[in-house]
Amino acid sequence: MTLALILEQLLNGVQFGLMLFLMSAGLTLVFGVMGLINLAHGSLYMIGAFLCAAVAGATGNFWLGLMAGIAAAAAAGALIEVAVIRRLYARDHLDQVLATFALILILSEGVRMIFGPFPLYLNVPDALRGTVNLGIVDYSLYRLALIGFGLAVAVGLWALIAKTRLGIQIRAGESDREMIAALGVNIRALYTIVFALGAALAGLAGALVGAIQSVQVGMGEPVLILAFVVIVIGGIGSVKGAMVGALLVGVIDTMGRFLLPRIFATFLDTSQAMGVGAALASMLIYLLMALVLIFRPQGLFPAHG
Amino acid sequence: MKPLKTAAMAALVLGAASVAEADQVTVGMITTLSGGGAGLGVDVRDGFLLALDMAGEHDIRLVVEDDAQRPELAVQIAERMIQSERADILTGIIWSNLAMAVVPATVAQDIFYISPNAGPSPLAGANCHPNYFNAAWQNDMLHEAAGQHANELGYENTFIMAPNYPAGTDALTGFKRYFEGDLAGELFTQVGQTDYAAEIAQIRASGADSVFIFLPGGMGISFMRQYEQSGVDLPIISAGFSFDQDVLPAIGSAALGVINTSQWSPDLENDANAAFVAAFEEAYGRLPSLYASQGFDTANLILSALAGAEVSDKDGFREALRAADFTSVRGSFAFAPNHHPIQTVYVREVVEVDGVLTNRIIGTAFEEHRDVHGENCQM
Repeated sequence: MTLALILEQLLNGVQFGLMLFLMSAGLTLVFGVMGLINLAHGSLYMIGAFLCAAVAGATGNFWLGLMAGIAAAAAAGALIEVAVIRRLYARDHLDQVLATFALILILSEGVRMIFGPFPLYLNVPDALRGTVNLGIVDYSLYRLALIGFGLAVAVGLWALIAKTRLGIQIRAGESDREMIAALGVNIRALYTIVFALGAALAGLAGALVGAIQSVQVGMGEPVLILAFVVIVIGGIGSVKGAMVGALLVGVIDTMGRFLLPRIFATFLDTSQAMGVGAALASMLIYLLMALVLIFRPQGLFPAHG
Repeated sequence: MKPLKTAAMAALVLGAASVAEADQVTVGMITTLSGGGAGLGVDVRDGFLLALDMAGEHDIRLVVEDDAQRPELAVQIAERMIQSERADILTGIIWSNLAMAVVPATVAQDIFYISPNAGPSPLAGANCHPNYFNAAWQNDMLHEAAGQHANELGYENTFIMAPNYPAGTDALTGFKRYFEGDLAGELFTQVGQTDYAAEIAQIRASGADSVFIFLPGGMGISFMRQYEQSGVDLPIISAGFSFDQDVLPAIGSAALGVINTSQWSPDLENDANAAFVAAFEEAYGRLPSLYASQGFDTANLILSALAGAEVSDKDGFREALRAADFTSVRGSFAFAPNHHPIQTVYVREVVEVDGVLTNRIIGTAFEEHRDVHGENCQM
């Protein structure tokens, strides 16, 4: 086990974490501002990936596809908010879960009707192919670019929330929904904007990750589960918490998959160690979540601290 | 309200009775039509339907349901198909963990189960059953062929990897059974995993001279896409599952030249296969995959048995199945005593023909190959 391997795995963990952050930021914003649990967030991720693949396939230009993916996810988000979600804010969480679960089924089936059951082809843009030398390790240029994208979005999101008028309204909405409505802020428009923003982030993540994964129906749900783990660890409603939680989950999951089988291999035979190690590694982040829930049930960075 | 309800009930009962009178055979197909594994299930279903269509068969009532690749759902559907639909034969399951959940309980109720894909080792060995037939392969088989061919290619230090579920363990065991070189590393990944960065980093650091993978459906697409971008350029050898028509268009040029093993290939030369490939392309506008060929063979096996015996005559029908008196698109096909195929396994290479990625046979790994688990099978 060399330093180069450990460094590469750390980069992998950070990259995975930043993509999770794009997913969980939207999820946690929507919960923080509107108090809504949106299970259909993974479907927006899928929409971003499919539109990106379709447009990139038709035009041969990944970046056009990326724009289309983000735009389509934001548009779908705004449409869903106006048509369905708006009616759910006053309802309890169980109704929200039920309705947004129905949305998952509808959107998955809809995407299958349009694009068919087989995965789509989406490749990384020519400019980002191949590897780059980082001193002791050759690392995939595209994954490095994903880290850059993730960090840029994180900074942009921080600036939006900390420095702009919309950001003030979002923060105010997180603290006291009724009050900012009473102060004359158009709360309906704010909700639609926040939901579309979260959807655009999910669409961006889907399109970016779609280029190195399989663009297929149902691709959003596994990520959605991880995004929920992230926001529970980070503190529901907190964007900062989502960032820390996402990086923790990304790095722990990657390092666990890499290190645990090796640790078990020191006292078990290889096949057995691989089986046990792989099984335990897949549980690791849920164990982390359980620990956080025991010792800090409100999460690491609670929004209403 | 009440009279209406009673009338509706009566109509239902009468309806059910008339179905029974029509002397139809009901085949229940439980397969994966949604999620990352949907391509496999769709192909099995379409191949099956094509065979019924080509035979002009109307006495079979086919009930298809989506298991969404979830074992608990598959169990529920199987129960419903047996209880409510009165299915005589079940088929369709793609994934070995689902097969292990459904098959033992199904065959124990004296229902026939004919597998078009999954072939977990327990069902070929200690848990074999007279009512269970596998028309595809025992899981180990194609991986054994990959191990055998890795020797011929001169690979001496191979990194092997599969998902952590019954077919994944069967895959690695099968490969190791024939591979004579050393293992540079051995990894189990999660079922449905989408990011393989951690695994690729270990392949890079392992000093391997080649990589063996078993990653069916979307898993293989993700892995190959990321492998291509990683700068690791070790040759990949695999069973046909990760490199067939369901995933090749999505993997793209990264798959070109990959050596893989299969009991079937679109260019396999026999009349039945030529007719099948042409009819499939005409009906669905795409090339068939090995899954489609297995669905097609499964349907023809059932049709051949129905021609020989009534399905209600369990012993007669079982004998008719065992005879396997149908023309397989694989050329030769026969059942070993444990109801699993004895067949030739070919070595294929991914090539591009007229802009479409597909496979071409370049050799034969095994002739008349049978699985090793049969010796533990007593029935």
